[in-house]
Amino acid sequence: MEFTLKTFIFYGFALMTIASALVVVTVRNIVHAAFSLMVTLFGVAGLYVFLQADFLAATQVIVYVGGILVLILFGVMMTSGRLEMHIRIERGQLLLGGVVSLALLMLLLTVIANTPAWKNLTDDGTKLPPTTERIGELILNGPFLLPFEVVSVLLLVALIGAALISRKEVRE
Amino acid sequence: MSDFRALFASPNFNISESFLPNINLQNQRNWAEEFIQNVVIPRLPEAVASHFPVEIGTVLVMFACAGVFVGVFPLLPLVLVLAERKVSARFQNRTGPMRVGPWGTLQTLADGVKLIFKEDFIPPQGDKLLFLLAPYIIFACSFAVFAAIPFSQGILVSDFNIGIFYIMAISSVIVMGVIMAGWSSNSKWSLLGSLRSAAQIVSYEIPLGLSILTVVMLVESLSMREIVASQSNGVFSWLIFRTPFAFIAFFIFFISSIAEVNRTPFDLPEAESEIVAGFHTEYSGMRFALFFIAEYANMFAVSAIAVTLFLGGWEGILPGYDILGGFPGFVIKSLALVFLMMWLRWTLPRLRVDQLMNLCWKYFIPIAFFNILGTGIWGLIFPEDTVISTAISCAIIYIGLIAAYKVAGRGLAQRPAPQPS
Repeated sequence: MEFTLKTFIFYGFALMTIASALVVVTVRNIVHAAFSLMVTLFGVAGLYVFLQADFLAATQVIVYVGGILVLILFGVMMTSGRLEMHIRIERGQLLLGGVVSLALLMLLLTVIANTPAWKNLTDDGTKLPPTTERIGELILNGPFLLPFEVVSVLLLVALIGAALISRKEVRE
Repeated sequence: MSDFRALFASPNFNISESFLPNINLQNQRNWAEEFIQNVVIPRLPEAVASHFPVEIGTVLVMFACAGVFVGVFPLLPLVLVLAERKVSARFQNRTGPMRVGPWGTLQTLADGVKLIFKEDFIPPQGDKLLFLLAPYIIFACSFAVFAAIPFSQGILVSDFNIGIFYIMAISSVIVMGVIMAGWSSNSKWSLLGSLRSAAQIVSYEIPLGLSILTVVMLVESLSMREIVASQSNGVFSWLIFRTPFAFIAFFIFFISSIAEVNRTPFDLPEAESEIVAGFHTEYSGMRFALFFIAEYANMFAVSAIAVTLFLGGWEGILPGYDILGGFPGFVIKSLALVFLMMWLRWTLPRLRVDQLMNLCWKYFIPIAFFNILGTGIWGLIFPEDTVISTAISCAIIYIGLIAAYKVAGRGLAQRPAPQPS
């Protein structure tokens, strides 16, 4: 394989993603794990850019880094502001986690093995049309309209539930 | 259940075709590579030119441009800090800094030099690694935003196909740096400040995004270049006047932006009278300066985005003429908005936390949703942007402003007059 700049950047992103993901699961300090997760998510966004999925990359950053990760850290800080916030890992958790990740790995490997389009994945310089319009069409006017609406309703329910739980009971 | 299966099995949906495109970075024209191909290589001797490493050269050109950018751009915050001090001085009937340089114009430079030579103190009880990293994250993100801002027809670092969405994504990472700074300082003021900041930025991102969506619905593109190009027919084609909803969206966008950059009246994360300096309480020396530079760069960035989205970008007032257009016009319009921010800062008192959240969740978000609905209906009634639609829009804006003025005036008149104590 020819070693070009793109492959260099690609392996940079891949290395970044894998290394920080390893840190996430091995480090004991939960806040360190959260910030390491930020690097992982950035790396995944970078890999999306390599797949010409620009919209997905920006969504990845905006939703996971700007939203979910902030909420995780917010929760950690609200419950404990101390620096010594360590996680204890027990043997049962290790076993369970191992089984789940192994199952996930098998699933991903099956998908990878059964995907016929891999041989098209060469860098022949073709320019693909932007994805934003197609994603919009698929979600709002295509086969994914129903799942999209179901997810919206689910999120709305979660929102109302959160407001209900956090609301103070006012007695007259 | 069978419905879902039918959806995935339908012939026009093929996962391998639609979601696994070819790997390719060439999303747009690569100016650095073109520079190498067209300018550098023809001037080299024959023997060198054939072996010239184009890709490494491209990266070097990009790094050089970024270096110039990062080297020059802190000058803007330097000017803005001085402007802020001078503006605040005028508002408080003072003169502001007067001693260093003519009219005190070199004061910020002197302050900068002082900050560089100060001790870089790291709290011994804190988390050292994150403490050192945090300013860089904030600094890098606030400067990465400038990559997608179109200063003029020619001055645009990268014309992303998803320009405005990229800006939102990158600026949403800034809050991570703020949290990092607040947590790693291991100080209660810092932690309180960063918690407030996280809550505030995450909340105000919603009306911000929704008001951007109003513009995107009108232009039907996320690209900054196309957003500006759609406003090229003089002042009445600027998106703020295109529909009454965009007019409302501009104000929601601008006020939410002020909240996003943590400025008074929304400066709760760094409220001096309550929590010292908020998330950057423990920082000193150059790291503090980085926060400061990032804050003023952010201020300019949100103003520039507001100008691009609503006030015509680099396009001028009259079609075909460069009045308030081009690069100088763009900068003048942005600086006018920056001045507006300063004006608000030195006029209004700080909001309470509950007022802040009320304003966002109970007023801005419903209004922003109403805006989106309204923009959709407007688009159905006037599918093309014509003289009639613009005239109707301007008339509605005018009537609305008059009505708002009357209502607000009546409200103010009914308020009990302040009693001298």
